Amino acid sequence: MQSINNINEPTGTEKPILNVKGLTVRYGKGCPHCMNGGELNKNTCPKCHTVWAANGVDIELYKGEILGIVGESGSGKSTLMKSIYFDFPVTEGEAYISSYMDGKKNIFDVNLQQKKFIRNNIMGMVYQNPVLGLRMDYSAAGNIAEKLIAAGGRNFGKMTERAKGLLDSVEILEERMKEPPKNFSGGMQQRVQISKALANNPEVLLLDEVTTGLDLSVQAKVLDLIRMIRQEFGVSILLVSHDLAVIRMLADRTVVMLDGKVIERGLTDQILDDPQHPYTQQLVHSLL
Amino acid sequence: MSEPILTIKNLSKNFFLHEQGKEIKSCHDISFTLDKGGFIGIVGTSGAGKSTVLRCIYRTYLLTSGEVIYNSLCYGDIDLAKADDRQMIYLRKAEIGYVSQFLSILPRTTAKQHVIDAALEAGFSQEEAERRAVEMLEYFRLRPDLWELYPATFSGGEKLRLNLAHAMVKAPRLLLLDEPTASLDPDTKLLVRDLLLKLKNEGASMLGIFHDLEFMDGLCDKVYNLSKGSFV
Repeated sequence: MQSINNINEPTGTEKPILNVKGLTVRYGKGCPHCMNGGELNKNTCPKCHTVWAANGVDIELYKGEILGIVGESGSGKSTLMKSIYFDFPVTEGEAYISSYMDGKKNIFDVNLQQKKFIRNNIMGMVYQNPVLGLRMDYSAAGNIAEKLIAAGGRNFGKMTERAKGLLDSVEILEERMKEPPKNFSGGMQQRVQISKALANNPEVLLLDEVTTGLDLSVQAKVLDLIRMIRQEFGVSILLVSHDLAVIRMLADRTVVMLDGKVIERGLTDQILDDPQHPYTQQLVHSLL
Repeated sequence: MSEPILTIKNLSKNFFLHEQGKEIKSCHDISFTLDKGGFIGIVGTSGAGKSTVLRCIYRTYLLTSGEVIYNSLCYGDIDLAKADDRQMIYLRKAEIGYVSQFLSILPRTTAKQHVIDAALEAGFSQEEAERRAVEMLEYFRLRPDLWELYPATFSGGEKLRLNLAHAMVKAPRLLLLDEPTASLDPDTKLLVRDLLLKLKNEGASMLGIFHDLEFMDGLCDKVYNLSKGSFV
């Protein structure tokens, strides 16, 4: 097993694995008021009703770290994740991946082929709703094969082996490999989704509310799995969660979002124990 | 004349509670110097701001004003109040240990694994980490039949001893102790004292909060009394 000391001594010169700069997702045309930084009503322009779902978000994700993202619903967390995974078109902004074109090419600026390449080889995404991430009618193994084929896999034997290994690591029994995920429980579906996201050894894993809606014991299994993935594969993870306990347990650093903007960022225990922004204080004080 | 490892200059910490619109002054204008291999004890009534000072150094709290200059191995002199988050994470893993009176542990991790993880984080190899973990657990007399159990079921004293093993297995250069002996029986207290003394002789620098004056006798080079947020 690889050491869990994934965060090496920062030299100050090392580059983030994923560097997102000024990501903005806007629904609507915008008007002179909101385009020039005028006051918004939450994330909506009071004059032209343009919605600024993400508004100039900067994120740096380093090798082997888990970056937590918290915020109320509608604060732009999922928008951020989905635009990084190319599910949403981005209005403005740049993102660089250090292993893609040496981190020199803005990944929002490449053609569809290249986007597919990045999605299939460098990133993995786990959605809150398994329906978005899995083909419910394919078998569990077929779902993983789909991802392997997308990345260029053609050898049936090898792909079956890989699927077996991945499903085994998320504790899906071998005899259920051929069953479609629609027959599985929510927790099992989520685990199949995670193994699918891991199929091509991604460097960046995007986890969007993966434990929401699962019962506690299943939640525990999924959380253990995330920890294991970080230790064993050394992937960098963006973790969106409503559950501050999950964030405290897993995240090294945390950013807090409100109305499409990052309002606070810092070490996880500092954010949770000494929050500075009024909203973060309200959030932390709402803990049971 | 030994060099300082930690220099605190005019540390002040206020908590601003937006919802209530109140500002709470916790510590103000605290300055002191901890020499390499030194041991400073802080005493004071509860609410005097003892833990706040420690947490400001560990960056769990952000300072309102002041400087915390730490002489680190890899960065030289660094102001912990302004250090980059990632530098701070690294320093916590490799150089600065923090023992609180409460156990914070990942759920579903066995006691032994908890200590091994800390050693791995500090950069020891797997075998070395295991060896050190066993040594620490034995040193703190945690019964071997407990090692493979989840600490959630442990008694208060057992949890605390595990906590100490967790912090000390890394052999930190700077150890922050937040009442580590609060709920221990006299025998274990002596054990902790011996180990702290041993660590001190090995060159670790320590800053600790204690209630027990007898415990501090012969251990601390200096004792500061904190009252209403400043030294008296």
